[in-house]
Amino acid sequence: MNPFSSGTRLRDMIRAIRSCKTAAEERAVVRKECAAIRAAISENDQDYRHRNLAKLMFIHMLGYPTHFGQMECLKLIASSGFPEKRIGYLGLMLLLDERQEVLMLVTNSLKQDLNHSNQYIIGLALCALGNICSAEMARDLAPEVERLLQFRDPNIRKKAALCSIRIIKKVPDLAENFINPAASLLREKHHGVLITGVQLCTDLCKVSSEALEYFREKCTEGLVKTLKDMANSPYAPEYDIAGITDPFLHIRLLKLLRILGQGDADASDCMNDILAQVATKIESNKNAGNAILYECVGTIMSIEDNGGLRVLAINILGRFLSNRDNNIRYVALNMLMKAITVDAQAVQRHRATILECVKDSDASIRKKALDLVYLLVNESNVKPLTKELIESLEASDQEFKGVLTAKICSLVEKFSPEKIWYIDQMLKVLSEAGNFVKDEVWHALIVVISNASDLHGYSVRALYRAFQTSTEQETLVRVAVWCIGEYGDMLVNNVGMLDIEEPITVTESDAVDALEVSIKRLNSDLTTKAMALIALLKLSSRFPSCSERIKDIILQNKRSFVLELQQRSIEFNCILQKHQNIRSALVERMPVLDEATFSGRRAGSLPTSVSTSTGTARNLPNGIAKPAAAPVADLLDLSSDDAPAPNSSGGDFLQDLLGVDLSPASAPPGTSQPPKAGTDVLLDLLSIGTSPPAQSSSSASNILSSIQDDKTSLVNLNGLASLTSLSPNATSASPAPMMDLLDGFGPSPQKKEENGPAYPSLVAYESSTLRMTFNISKQPGNPQTTLIQAIFTNLSPNVYNDFLFQAAVPKFLQLHLDPASSNTLPASGNGSIIQSMKVTNSQHGKKSLVMRIRIAYKINSKDVLEEGQVSNFPRDL
Amino acid sequence: MIHFVLLISRQGKVRLTKWYSPYSQKERTKVIRELGGVILNRGPKLCNFVDWRGFKVVYKRYASLYFCMCIDQDDNELEVLEIIHHYVEILDRYFGSVCELDLIFNFHKAYYILDELLLAGELQESSKKTVARLIAAQDSLVETAKEQASSISNIIAQATK
Repeated sequence: MNPFSSGTRLRDMIRAIRSCKTAAEERAVVRKECAAIRAAISENDQDYRHRNLAKLMFIHMLGYPTHFGQMECLKLIASSGFPEKRIGYLGLMLLLDERQEVLMLVTNSLKQDLNHSNQYIIGLALCALGNICSAEMARDLAPEVERLLQFRDPNIRKKAALCSIRIIKKVPDLAENFINPAASLLREKHHGVLITGVQLCTDLCKVSSEALEYFREKCTEGLVKTLKDMANSPYAPEYDIAGITDPFLHIRLLKLLRILGQGDADASDCMNDILAQVATKIESNKNAGNAILYECVGTIMSIEDNGGLRVLAINILGRFLSNRDNNIRYVALNMLMKAITVDAQAVQRHRATILECVKDSDASIRKKALDLVYLLVNESNVKPLTKELIESLEASDQEFKGVLTAKICSLVEKFSPEKIWYIDQMLKVLSEAGNFVKDEVWHALIVVISNASDLHGYSVRALYRAFQTSTEQETLVRVAVWCIGEYGDMLVNNVGMLDIEEPITVTESDAVDALEVSIKRLNSDLTTKAMALIALLKLSSRFPSCSERIKDIILQNKRSFVLELQQRSIEFNCILQKHQNIRSALVERMPVLDEATFSGRRAGSLPTSVSTSTGTARNLPNGIAKPAAAPVADLLDLSSDDAPAPNSSGGDFLQDLLGVDLSPASAPPGTSQPPKAGTDVLLDLLSIGTSPPAQSSSSASNILSSIQDDKTSLVNLNGLASLTSLSPNATSASPAPMMDLLDGFGPSPQKKEENGPAYPSLVAYESSTLRMTFNISKQPGNPQTTLIQAIFTNLSPNVYNDFLFQAAVPKFLQLHLDPASSNTLPASGNGSIIQSMKVTNSQHGKKSLVMRIRIAYKINSKDVLEEGQVSNFPRDL
Repeated sequence: MIHFVLLISRQGKVRLTKWYSPYSQKERTKVIRELGGVILNRGPKLCNFVDWRGFKVVYKRYASLYFCMCIDQDDNELEVLEIIHHYVEILDRYFGSVCELDLIFNFHKAYYILDELLLAGELQESSKKTVARLIAAQDSLVETAKEQASSISNIIAQATK
């Protein structure tokens, strides 16, 4: 054995690793080898350095750490022999990348090698530089590379050209130095140099508009001639692929011409003939030929318009599309996607074929085809295309369903011509792939259904039918549950039957069955179950015959381990048992959800309040509440909207209005008290219904309790009452609840003032950064107690976090503070925090209210404390 | 531009990796695992292109080896297939009907050839003959150096006998 050899040869190590049967064995072998290599490194062993590095590279490929070998690369590169340098540079490219600091150490060696007398060593250095150089190295070594562009040997020139590409990509400022040498490369005959030269020009054009202008002016004709010579050249065995001389060069020339022709009529004109020649003459029976045709079509589509050429190009794509080779079809779809911006009409002609591709067995083709179909859809063809897509949804595999569903939903939403069609399509999607539908999509569906008043009955029946057949689609179940809860009566009574519908008989207990199924279904998630509970609550007042059963179902969740369900169950049960008198008002139908608000929310990508899985009963109406500014107007709008709806007579309608406003008022079931008199209800309604919850906008609040506003809204309501009673619908029905309510509230607005529970709102505290306004009211029959609603408004441009309001009162007063609506106060009055409190004055009539306050909050996590005293309360509180 | 070249065996073993864009060691392992999973599971008659993280991966199977190249969205997929084939033909000529074992034991040779074919993620040479000639010339440089070294070591060995 050679006395100098130590350790194993490379070949033996590979063999040893390959013979390992387990990963652990392999690790052991590698560990042993690495230990030997480390030892050799620390001994500074010279003879086997290159062999060790080769071993390290193999170990590296297997995925083991090899950083300790990095310095060895540098040593090998610095040695003088070609074999050492060769393996050293290879290791450098493999073990390091441009982000490692070690790389900087090699700059000097590279510089020397770029000036070496041996051209192969220059080649090695250029190769390493081109593959891994960093921006600093690019700057340092650019002059060397520039010089090598004129080296005598063409093989160095071509390497230098590609190396220059890397340099200008790293440091675009250097581009101008390379423009002239690059242009001279275009005149070469050697294919390697020509290919790399063309590529360098292409990349120069991408980073420098100056270069683009230069090449466009100086080189377009020359390039066209080169391409022409190439296309007409006789058989050249060295470069021939499938009967075509150097397809690689063809493709690169076409690519550069594309850039030069884009946006320039003269240059485009110059290349028309040769493009036509390439497009017609190249054989398309082999991949190489198709690659050129594909590139050529791309160039024709990009350069300035020439009708004839475009037709030629689209025809080639048509041929590609009907090709049996999947690769060719894939690129055809890819190119049609670009062609669609140029000539949508021509692409539409291939629609049928493209739709076929959506059902292809190849995932890549399916995806491309789907992307293309998505671009093809417009108002006129959305119906047939959606139908096709939904059909392919049935055939597609799980993985693709998600992508496809998202696309279909987005199309249906974007182009839907009418609501019934939208609802139909969404239903199909939900029943086929409901589990892939995103939250905002089914939320949007609910908003649409809610807005289509004449389709309520139709929707709920269709959903009920779909629900019977596919219960495993979560989102379908949710939408169905919501609709059954809202429009259950329409389901049972077949209200608003459309001609196209098949009659369906659903009894009240069938509807309750459906909800029960969705609660008890094993795979129902929390949101669905919670929604089903609400739906049951709603049905309890609509289906009196089932109310006992509903109560049982609700009660079954009393012991649910999920807090949300348990809480709902207990609260709802409480409503059912103790609050019979307000229940029907409490669970009235939801007001029409406002589409504008909803889409605004979506656009702002705020979490829609419906989406939160914990969305409770009172969140629903609140979350989608309209901007507080125009509640009355909205209510009136609603009346005109709803008038045609078959079953909303005037009385119902008014009840609707009240129900709407009532539900937030009395939703916290534990605390709500049954109203004592009509007046109070209405007052409550007005103050609570219109003083918006935390989310809603700034001006929010102080409007209401000021007497003036109160008056106007009352007047409005009066107007509304008279309006509804005048309307023919109302006269026909004129049901009791409306009368009652109006009776109770019968007297004029003045009477309310005499009752006295309204006070002007007062600015209780104001600093340069914060304003606190009190809305004061009295509980009737309890003169000692004052209800105060504190509204905080931020007057500074900073957001206040961890906002905390504290108050203290003298001994003769008792203070009860409710939790605040939020602990974050948006900047510059863009919202407010509302906090209610109750003050009981034991010396009512003798002493008036007084209060010390302290407000703490954080601006950019810096604590701020404000204190003050409120002594400007009205006297008689 | 070609961002990286991967040679993966049917069993998912890496036979060659060449990175023209910077990927950290961690990313490299992830890319290889991810792409291996996608490509090895594709059926034989499907197209040779996979959309991946906004790039396209063109792959072709030769015997037990998958040759993969990752390119930009607007690059020519068909041409890349041709480049892969070009590389395979050169390997075939160099090794004389190349097989996976050749590439395992002579992995560095496969790299040398690739370096004569691609540089900075772009095609360098369209002539197979030229590549073969350049590789042969460099191999002979190495041989000469080796012979010199062994003759020197012989001389030393004789002198120290």
